[in-house]
Amino acid sequence: MSQAKDVTDSSFQADVLDSSKPVIVDFWAEWCGPCRMLSPILDQIAAEHSEKIDVVKVNVDENPGIAAKYGITSIPAVYVFENGDHVATSIGAKPKQALEQEFAAYL
Amino acid sequence: MATETSDAIRDVIIIGSGPAGYTAAVYTARANLLPLVIAGSVTAGGELMNTTDVENFPGFREGILGPDLMDNMQAQAERFGAEIQYEDVASVDLSGDVKHVVLADGTEYKARAVIVSTGSAYRELGLPNEKRLSGHGVSWCATCDGFFFREQEIAVIGGGDSAMEEALFLTKFASKVTVVHRRGELRASKIMADRALAHPKIEFIWNTAVDDVVGTDKVSGLELVNLIDGATSELPVTGVFVAIGNDPRTDLVKDQLDLTPEGTIAVQGRTSKTNLDGVFAAGDVIDPTYRQAVTAAGSGCVAALDVEHYLSNLTVPADNSTVVSN
Repeated sequence: MSQAKDVTDSSFQADVLDSSKPVIVDFWAEWCGPCRMLSPILDQIAAEHSEKIDVVKVNVDENPGIAAKYGITSIPAVYVFENGDHVATSIGAKPKQALEQEFAAYL
Repeated sequence: MATETSDAIRDVIIIGSGPAGYTAAVYTARANLLPLVIAGSVTAGGELMNTTDVENFPGFREGILGPDLMDNMQAQAERFGAEIQYEDVASVDLSGDVKHVVLADGTEYKARAVIVSTGSAYRELGLPNEKRLSGHGVSWCATCDGFFFREQEIAVIGGGDSAMEEALFLTKFASKVTVVHRRGELRASKIMADRALAHPKIEFIWNTAVDDVVGTDKVSGLELVNLIDGATSELPVTGVFVAIGNDPRTDLVKDQLDLTPEGTIAVQGRTSKTNLDGVFAAGDVIDPTYRQAVTAAGSGCVAALDVEHYLSNLTVPADNSTVVSN
């Protein structure tokens, strides 16, 4: 089970866009196998970089508004937001080391 | 998390956790070889983790979901004492009598025998805009992404079983699925081809290749070229699912093991033996032809039996008592 906080269409503004820290958002769904593989890896990143960054998740099945707004058509999709802007993207389930490299600027 | 003692030498390490890896694990575990399976951090279970119904694995008369089949194989291997690590292999040294396997987190394991069952990776079209639009309409996983294309027109590229499976699955969501295939007939099995050909939502464009994916922020269509008369056309779609085959995943070992002209790991005859003593290979990574779950499983069994035979002919047995078990 993922440790990341669930963010919804209605809480996205406060939890992600208005956050003072950069936020990694994991767009996922119950029926997505690779999403289940990725979730513990994002938990590890959250634990190791908690002072720099928050990690949250958006269930695209229950929150179609945010997924549509950002044009998500593949999951898992991992987006980084900083000061309300979408600044980095990683598509697909990738190993921890690969994600840390892609998001190095925010960790 | 197990941190291996530096002098512990295992009997066998299995790299990969698809049907080949887990079958090799079941067999070597039942032979008391305490196999260590390096399953992968995000690829554990292999290709079947992204499929739905598996109807052709013998023994499941109603079929079984791919992820359920892999869960069963994993549990079966663990029941007999296989140890599974959900990490990735960063590097291997396969040359000596003792093989070294280093994980991405830096842990190093040693063993007298290694089975390489790293499977294969999705082939890309190799088009200029394919990468850029990946995640914005270009997809390799119908079960993950079909949901986003409700009531939309999409395309599937390819003519094999995987392409037909994706096309049929996507009809649950899309209003229309167009299969674009390079040849004039399908390579897929008869049952899958017949189902797709008969489906009212699926159309086919034959003898046609994709020249490019079109779209600024997201996919809006495909540029197609007819391979017989060279005529070009555009197919308006919002999604494109690529299922044009797989390439053997040999990056880890390609500088140490002999490969075939097809790019698979070369093995001797009907065995799993590579060019290096104590190194065996199984599953899709050695198979350019059949690439089925059941042939991969059979291949994993062959590798396990080859390992048993190899180890029994070594004069100094592995000291499994020094292996730290968690």
